[in-house]
Amino acid sequence: MKASLFQTRGTPLDRQKFTWRDLVQKPISKLDDDAYTRVRIILMNGIEAEAVGFQHACARMNAALQRPLADIRRVEHHQATLINWLIGPDHSPLETTIAYEQVAIDVTAAVAMREPDEYLAQVYRFGLLEDFDHLYRYSALLDRLEGKDANNILQSYTDILPGRPTAEEHRAPMDDLRKPYDKMSAEPITKLHALTIMAAEQQTRNFYMNIGPMYADPVARQLYAEIASIEEQHVTQYESIIDPNETWMEKWLMHEAAEVYNYYGCVEQEENPRIRAIWERFLDYELGHLQMVMELFKKHEKRDPMELLPEELPDPIPFDSQREFVRETLANEVDLRADGTEIVPKGKEGKVSREYREAINADGSPSETVSAGYKWSPGTELKRKAA
Amino acid sequence: MNQTGIVIAPEFANKMMENTDLTKPPRGDEQALAKVRMEYGKEADPVGTLPDPQLTGVKAVLMDKLGERLAFERTGTRLYDALIAPVQAAKSDIPAKDLQHIRDEEHVHFALVGAAIQSLGGDPTAQTPAADVTGVEGMGLMQVLTDPSTTVAQALHAILVAELADNEAWEELIELTEQAGNEDLVARFEKARDEEMEHLEKVRAWYKEATLKGKEATLNG
Repeated sequence: MKASLFQTRGTPLDRQKFTWRDLVQKPISKLDDDAYTRVRIILMNGIEAEAVGFQHACARMNAALQRPLADIRRVEHHQATLINWLIGPDHSPLETTIAYEQVAIDVTAAVAMREPDEYLAQVYRFGLLEDFDHLYRYSALLDRLEGKDANNILQSYTDILPGRPTAEEHRAPMDDLRKPYDKMSAEPITKLHALTIMAAEQQTRNFYMNIGPMYADPVARQLYAEIASIEEQHVTQYESIIDPNETWMEKWLMHEAAEVYNYYGCVEQEENPRIRAIWERFLDYELGHLQMVMELFKKHEKRDPMELLPEELPDPIPFDSQREFVRETLANEVDLRADGTEIVPKGKEGKVSREYREAINADGSPSETVSAGYKWSPGTELKRKAA
Repeated sequence: MNQTGIVIAPEFANKMMENTDLTKPPRGDEQALAKVRMEYGKEADPVGTLPDPQLTGVKAVLMDKLGERLAFERTGTRLYDALIAPVQAAKSDIPAKDLQHIRDEEHVHFALVGAAIQSLGGDPTAQTPAADVTGVEGMGLMQVLTDPSTTVAQALHAILVAELADNEAWEELIELTEQAGNEDLVARFEKARDEEMEHLEKVRAWYKEATLKGKEATLNG
């Protein structure tokens, strides 16, 4: 099935239907479902949100594509709805935040390990260590604000430790830009990776911007403001690794391919049969979208879309604990910084970023405040202190 | 100026009511909502299952409720953490040492319940279904207590809600513990219950006093 997936017709668009009842299904269990079921839900919501965002931008620049974009986008929107509504309401926004960071860590680590382009692998490792630190800061907030253990969400798959300190992650915009892959020479998996991680970071930034102001606690509001700013930097980083010379049609085609690729990975790895059936259904929907876009590609670009797509679908991104890889990266690369498009040793960081950081941290650092003296313990730090 | 009511904007309100009066509402009533909720209710699963060991009968209920108490006392400790500094900042008459004492007792109760769970073969780091639900209940209290705009009286009302629920829950826990035949735990839980009753009395008195004062500045002064 894997080899021929891009040739599979999937579900035709006119049979991709929803009702409100169907869109609002029974959520997963926070207590009983595997953490990676939640990780997949969050990732795929991000992939769908990116599809909608991209397709709006594309429609604003391409009159001829507006109708097919509108048709497909309506379905993408409803796919995003169904998926995002699977997160149970017993997750506090902060608990969901912990899961967002688990996505950012374990999915980015898996991508970094498999990325064939060494420069881009370095870029992923660079971003990974920053999200790793966010998990530590948010875990401290969850412990100290709501009195809850982040590991109830993480299920011991992901470590809660400081990474590159969030306070040190603030950089001047010029130091968040990276060099793009070359669309002519990059391997398809490189393009799929870049779209996947960009989508995940974009939705994380948007999520923090929405829920940050819902917290009353000034420390929480500050921490969300601070980390949302880093996620914005990450979106800048990850969108800049994608070749800006790709045509709109090339980008649309690769977006649909990335959706197929990620749903395929979810189908292959999902243990909850009810949720797996959703992934299977949406894989078929995306294959339908891909077929339509391949036809549009032929029409508008007068080229064979298979020039861009891999003959065989690459192995899916594994949803698994990447503890050893993260630890190794932490030990070797925590002191790296960015200078323009290059990842450099700490001492070589440029003056503009250092000044920017000093200025934005001038009234204190929310991430340092929230985690002062914090060490994660099973059952929260109150359990350790009571012992 | 508070702008939420209709009396402050009589002209606009009249126009609004005129337009509303001209409109015929769709058929039906709030039973329509109940019908949908019932449909979802029939299909819904509980939030989750009890962690191992798998127990039945009153022992299962007790373990679930111990998990609930564990979560509540831990969050309760954090609620007092959130209350102490701003109350002091507002130069309230409430003695800081009394608040700290209650906070520390909540912490001790958390540890006591954790030890009880362990003595019954349970895992005090796991979340039971009742613990999960009490976490949802507590979110509103946390929001009130961490909001810099909250007055001392409002904060004490939130803590009063917590203490009322806590008192009720300790009584229930003692009853369940007796039914499950864990006599050794009962005495320890009774001590905790007595301390919680003291918390309730103190908070109730502080709350009354703060409310009657009726001239509160915000919590952070």
